[in-house]
Amino acid sequence: MRRKFRVFRYKPGWSRHRYETYMVDLPDTATVLEALIHIRRDQAPDLTLRHSCLHGSCGTCGMRINGRERLACLTPVAELPDPITVEPLYNLGVVSDLVVDVPAFYEKFTLIERPLLRRSEAPAQGKPPEGIPAFTRLESCIECGLCLSACPVVATDPYYLGPATLAAAWRLVEEPRGKDPAAILALVDDPHGCWRCHLAMECSEVCPTGVHPARAIVSLRAALSAAPKTLSQEENPTHA
Amino acid sequence: MSRASDFHVLIIGGGATGAALAHDLALRGFRVTLVERGEVTSGTTGRHHGLLHSGARYAVRDPESARECIEENFILRRIAPDSFELNDGLFVAITEEDEAYLEPFLEGCETCGIPTQVLTREQALQMEPNLNPKVRVAVRVPDGTMDAMRLPLRFLATALSNGAVVRPFTEVVDLLRRNGTVYGARVRNHITGREEDLLADVVVNAAGPWAGRIAAMAGVDVPVRPSPGVLVAVEGRWTNMVINRLHPAGDGDIIVPQRGLSIIGTTSWVVEDPDHLDVPPDHVRRMFEKGAEMVPAVGHARLWAAWSAARPLVGSREASTGRELSRTFKCFDHASEGVEGFVTIVGGKATTARAMAETTADVVCRKVGVSAPCRTREVTLLPHTAYYDLLTTQGF
Repeated sequence: MRRKFRVFRYKPGWSRHRYETYMVDLPDTATVLEALIHIRRDQAPDLTLRHSCLHGSCGTCGMRINGRERLACLTPVAELPDPITVEPLYNLGVVSDLVVDVPAFYEKFTLIERPLLRRSEAPAQGKPPEGIPAFTRLESCIECGLCLSACPVVATDPYYLGPATLAAAWRLVEEPRGKDPAAILALVDDPHGCWRCHLAMECSEVCPTGVHPARAIVSLRAALSAAPKTLSQEENPTHA
Repeated sequence: MSRASDFHVLIIGGGATGAALAHDLALRGFRVTLVERGEVTSGTTGRHHGLLHSGARYAVRDPESARECIEENFILRRIAPDSFELNDGLFVAITEEDEAYLEPFLEGCETCGIPTQVLTREQALQMEPNLNPKVRVAVRVPDGTMDAMRLPLRFLATALSNGAVVRPFTEVVDLLRRNGTVYGARVRNHITGREEDLLADVVVNAAGPWAGRIAAMAGVDVPVRPSPGVLVAVEGRWTNMVINRLHPAGDGDIIVPQRGLSIIGTTSWVVEDPDHLDVPPDHVRRMFEKGAEMVPAVGHARLWAAWSAARPLVGSREASTGRELSRTFKCFDHASEGVEGFVTIVGGKATTARAMAETTADVVCRKVGVSAPCRTREVTLLPHTAYYDLLTTQGF
């Protein structure tokens, strides 16, 4: 199939971004990421984008596709109308073309020192072999930044911890793994922490791996409400 | 004796090999710059199924690679804690023919030092209730699951913390040569659009399946065969252990659970240009069929993604499917072909990247006359998130 792409282009020093149009011949099963890799290979060698695993595990190819936050590797071209507009994520700052300032994501995310491994919940009936106390797996959050881009509060409050960080915080409270949940609850118990969210739910809507940050945020609030001595009415006016 | 800090090494390629090499050389005290044409791990590295290899797959026919895998498997568990789903793996016999492979398999594993435990059908089904109930016998081996991008990021993070410079989106457009010596590379920064010359005492070609293209810039040939395979991820975590078919290596002989997915791999063919990979639909169907023979549920699971990755195998031009080629690695000092200052490392696997780096760094040391022991077997790697923290300080 021959498809039309409008791709956001920006390089440091440009006064503003522009959109370039590319026509691409693709197999019927192609994803937006494959299309962009083709465009870079055949038409625009200076097009910069991030990608690695091609199956939604690394989280590098997050972008806005026809206005919506998606992982390009999991977005089939066939399900999109022409032209397909591809833009970088919001709220992280653009470095070059589709590449955003990834370190800005980790600046807040690493405040929560959440281990990468967690208990495995599926298949529930499996019994680990001798010597393995419990089956483990990597955490679901792939640090793709889609939730940050979609969140209306992140767009307006630069101090907001944001949905990815708060979801990581909840995972530690839910499953502490030797860490101290009280310290994490204290960190998110802040006007720019879990109380800042106004439940637009966009984060959970766009999350490609089912992390459900909005639910995590509500769970953090519930945990804090259940432990009222960590709260102060003045510090948390939204918690009426 | 010269000091390592007197020398600058330029590494071409930001995959697992280049990442581990940057770490090794930085620990030995070299000045190191790594360039990668795209984002780091965007070539072959990030695309593999995420298997932390026990080596058992190669124990019968490729014992050299099998030994490398099991040795590195245990080193990686030590230096990269919190990186692996350490749930072990099973080799499952479904047919009589599979079962006949049990004996040579166990012998091979023993010869290569791979621990095994033979399990009855009942024991295997207790661990993994979604296995094909026709399973006849299973062998437990120390396989695991890694995050194909985040493990190399730990090598890179640690390299950065020891002074290495990492430059993504920086493509080599030519090698700088004078009188048969490679003394650097002309690179183009795709962010700024500028070209510049990076000078180096040694240039290491760690470009994986693209290594042939880089070597050609130095006028030498390296026997690398880009050998793609199709991988299929299906929705659902149907097992916790890595499930392998007890059978000689073939299509669809492995299911690697990772996060909430199950990844079925893989097929194998040979291409000339690793920038032109397709995903043949019949290969995707075959992954579902073969995967379902081991774990029937994956045959009905929703397709999550299907993609191709090019293995950088060492081998002859005559190779047709890639299956006949060893998974071991080779380091070439091109001085033997009259080109000084230029080394190529190809082959290997994600699991053996550290060993590939050690071998290559030894070659670099010998070339420049530096005596500096390898320390990567002991040093614990920084977490992957540190890569981005440290990259900030380099002005990403």
